[in-house]
Amino acid sequence: MTTSTRRSPSSRTAAPSGARPTDAANGLSTAAVHGANSTEAPGSTGHPPHRGNDAIRARTEQRRRSPQRRRRTRRDAALFLALVAPNLVAILVFSYYPSLYNIGLSFTEWDFVEPTPEWVGLENYQDLFTDPAFGQVLLNTLIFTGVSVVGSIIGGILLGSLLATKLPLTGFAQTMAFAPHMLPGAAVGTLWLFIFDPNYGLSRWLFSLVGASSPAWTTTSDWSLWAITIAYTWQRLGFVTVICYTAILDLPRDIYEAAALDGAHGWTLLRHMTLPLLSPITFFLSITGVISAAQAFDIISIMTGGGPGNSSSTLSWMVYEEAFQKFDIGSASAAATILLVILLILTFVQVRVGEKKVNYDS
Amino acid sequence: MSTHATTNSSEIRDTADAPLRRRARGPRRPAWRTALFMVGIIGIIAMFFVPLYWLFSSAFKPQDAIYTWPLQWIPTEPTLANFAEAWSTAPFDRFYLNSIITTVVGTGLEILLAILCAYAFAFVEFRFKRIVFVLIIASMMLPGHVTLIVNYITVANLGWLNTYQGLILPGIASAFAMFLLLQHMRTIDVDIMKAAEIDGAGHLRRMMTIAVPLSSPMILTAGLIVMAGKWNEYVWPLIVTSTTDMRTLPIGLLFLCSQEGYSNWGAIMAGTVFVSLPMLVLFFLGQKRIIGGLAAGALK
Repeated sequence: MTTSTRRSPSSRTAAPSGARPTDAANGLSTAAVHGANSTEAPGSTGHPPHRGNDAIRARTEQRRRSPQRRRRTRRDAALFLALVAPNLVAILVFSYYPSLYNIGLSFTEWDFVEPTPEWVGLENYQDLFTDPAFGQVLLNTLIFTGVSVVGSIIGGILLGSLLATKLPLTGFAQTMAFAPHMLPGAAVGTLWLFIFDPNYGLSRWLFSLVGASSPAWTTTSDWSLWAITIAYTWQRLGFVTVICYTAILDLPRDIYEAAALDGAHGWTLLRHMTLPLLSPITFFLSITGVISAAQAFDIISIMTGGGPGNSSSTLSWMVYEEAFQKFDIGSASAAATILLVILLILTFVQVRVGEKKVNYDS
Repeated sequence: MSTHATTNSSEIRDTADAPLRRRARGPRRPAWRTALFMVGIIGIIAMFFVPLYWLFSSAFKPQDAIYTWPLQWIPTEPTLANFAEAWSTAPFDRFYLNSIITTVVGTGLEILLAILCAYAFAFVEFRFKRIVFVLIIASMMLPGHVTLIVNYITVANLGWLNTYQGLILPGIASAFAMFLLLQHMRTIDVDIMKAAEIDGAGHLRRMMTIAVPLSSPMILTAGLIVMAGKWNEYVWPLIVTSTTDMRTLPIGLLFLCSQEGYSNWGAIMAGTVFVSLPMLVLFFLGQKRIIGGLAAGALK
């Protein structure tokens, strides 16, 4: 609207005469301008060559500064912000703001009920780091995350390579492997709770095959962490397998053919060709794997509730337990902050190592 | 159009490489290795199929067939009693209603936000685009558990605890779906957009008549992935709802487990089927799209 009313002739007269036609096109669209620019440049033969160059430069300069151009840029910027705003605002309000505010809360003591949180400085952190139970939680998180990420990546590459043989049944195997990833974690947790039932579950059958009796997986502190780790890895494995399988199919075939002609096969091929070529994808899977394992919650909540004691409690369970069962907000947000810091450091390290080691095949 | 071109070129390459590849594959693999691979593949199927089969078969077994040893693999007298028991123990009709409302509305809103945002990144000029982009993508690294407490406080202050808006709105921000759509919109031929622009179509018009229809396959894919995520959402509905009639299905399953004392496995497995079945149906119908979309997100 303002574009048409504010179009002043003065800006046009200030322009060199050669610029007139393009300037007119400018009103239409930048796209047209770019087209006009390239076709017209050799056409402006009225001047000696060097002056023609000057004229072009002046014209470009003028166009960049022309009010229409500026108005257009401003209008585009406004449109861009309007389109991005709903998403951006949602992300700022529900992701960035809470992450920062959470750090603030970790220096306070609060129970959701008191009118305002009370500032206590580093007390929450001191309490956590002097509490042996918290050490147990950190160790549990490390084991749970490490085993599930490493296990699912090793398993995923093996299973993915098997699927990539394209033998009969591989299509069905792929479908079956991926199905658990689609299920709610709550359903996977419930299913494994039954499987791990020492009296009537599949676990009893499996152990009876080797003449042993099944441990009480979810109710003894020696086994509970392994129970949730196995259930979580089972759900994650199919996803990793399918990603690896897709990546293997995408690998450059000609290199494989060359290697096959040189007599490489089987293990050699996997060790020296597939693994290095897959490094970008294992890198991606390790980062996303750590982030999602560190947040695993539904399986833990259904299967063990962090117990018995805190034998299967991870940082993510602890945040929930402290905040929404014990109403100790300070301690919960301190644990959440520690989780955030660990994840940021890990991601940073992974990216640095990845930059050095990852084989980016273009 | 672009897919057509790629299949063509790959076909050409395939035929060119054919003699080479035939030598590399097929006869070179000895029979024992093929047999070994087949054993591995059957192993994979068993590893994933047996637990799922166990879930469904147990849901149809009468009580005495569950509490028996040796295990009964095939239900001899299949029954629906467990489903009736689960449905009467916990209000699964409410759980279904709540899950459907939060999933459908939440997915619709998130995809809408993703489309607007992706279109802006793909087709609208802005000087600080890159910064905004990094800001949005980096939000994927913030774990949900770090935002949990403050989001709960925010929603409580808005008076939205135990309401649908409280369940839905904090989850509508979109980074992954936006990224998928953006990747797809970048492949749209710029000349089509320019032609429409010269014809006088504004951005809104170009988005609705060109960008959205041309990206509809990817919108569907992103929609399916987002939908599965919302249906399976657990920790947020757990803390933000407080009455049984506002719970969604996954939380309903926890409720059922505690009602049944973690011991009436037939009914609990029937409840698990209630929660899982819609996702399994969605997966079997949209398998190619879902896997393709997730792989596209991973492989860039």
